[in-house]
Amino acid sequence: MADDPLSTTFAALADPTRRAILARLADGAATVKELSEPFAMSGPAVSKHLRVLERAGLITRGRDAQWRPCALDATPLREVSEWADGFRRFWDDSYRRLDGYLERMKEQDDDD
Amino acid sequence: MTTDTTVSWTTPSAVEVAMTRTFDAPQKLVFEAFTKPEHVVHWMLGPEGWTMPVCEIDLRPGGRWHMVWQRADGSEMAMTGEYREVTPWSKTVQTESWGPEWPSTVNTTRFIADGDRTTVVQTMEFPSRADRDRALETGMKDGAETSYERLAAYLTSTG
Repeated sequence: MADDPLSTTFAALADPTRRAILARLADGAATVKELSEPFAMSGPAVSKHLRVLERAGLITRGRDAQWRPCALDATPLREVSEWADGFRRFWDDSYRRLDGYLERMKEQDDDD
Repeated sequence: MTTDTTVSWTTPSAVEVAMTRTFDAPQKLVFEAFTKPEHVVHWMLGPEGWTMPVCEIDLRPGGRWHMVWQRADGSEMAMTGEYREVTPWSKTVQTESWGPEWPSTVNTTRFIADGDRTTVVQTMEFPSRADRDRALETGMKDGAETSYERLAAYLTSTG
């Protein structure tokens, strides 16, 4: 199950600090030091979160040995969003059809 | 005043997904639309192209329900479960599964009266986050469009 991309993505997204890091990276690439500041966390603690995000393919790290700036990779998020879209579409379409169907039920009620 | 028919989605906990939608019809009518087969088959069909040839609902605690969706090309999907609680016009609680090898979700549907309108809150509770993820994962592996539709059906939360 750990090999499944969607499960790995969900596990990575389950932590609020990691979601906050991703939200920060949505504004642009940042170094570990820059990412540590808003969270009042040590560099190593942030690095641990970054490793989880990197394994999930949600971020990429630069090659510069000293700074290794992090950047967001939205590809796995797209998969999550596609799943949610299918679910949403099922209910959006069903509910819209129900709106019309309820109108017909109301008319039949009036006829009784 | 126009009814706001936007669907709102929330995740009340790590194992729950909830959706809220208001309908321009009184509570009793909406409850019946969700719980009587002769009504359900007309609307709980998702995207265009699906019909529901089988819809059985034994609306009482311990009563079973079973639905089968079908597409013109013959592809089918089925869902089944059991009612745990039935409070006429205001609430149902039911289990739901694709089959014996699938984890059951527990789906609570609340029908909240607001004058001539009704707000429906559907909450799906998975046994664990792992089960939720497994459900997603297996739905994803097939890759094709049908898997999304199966997944949507798996998550179909009321009968």
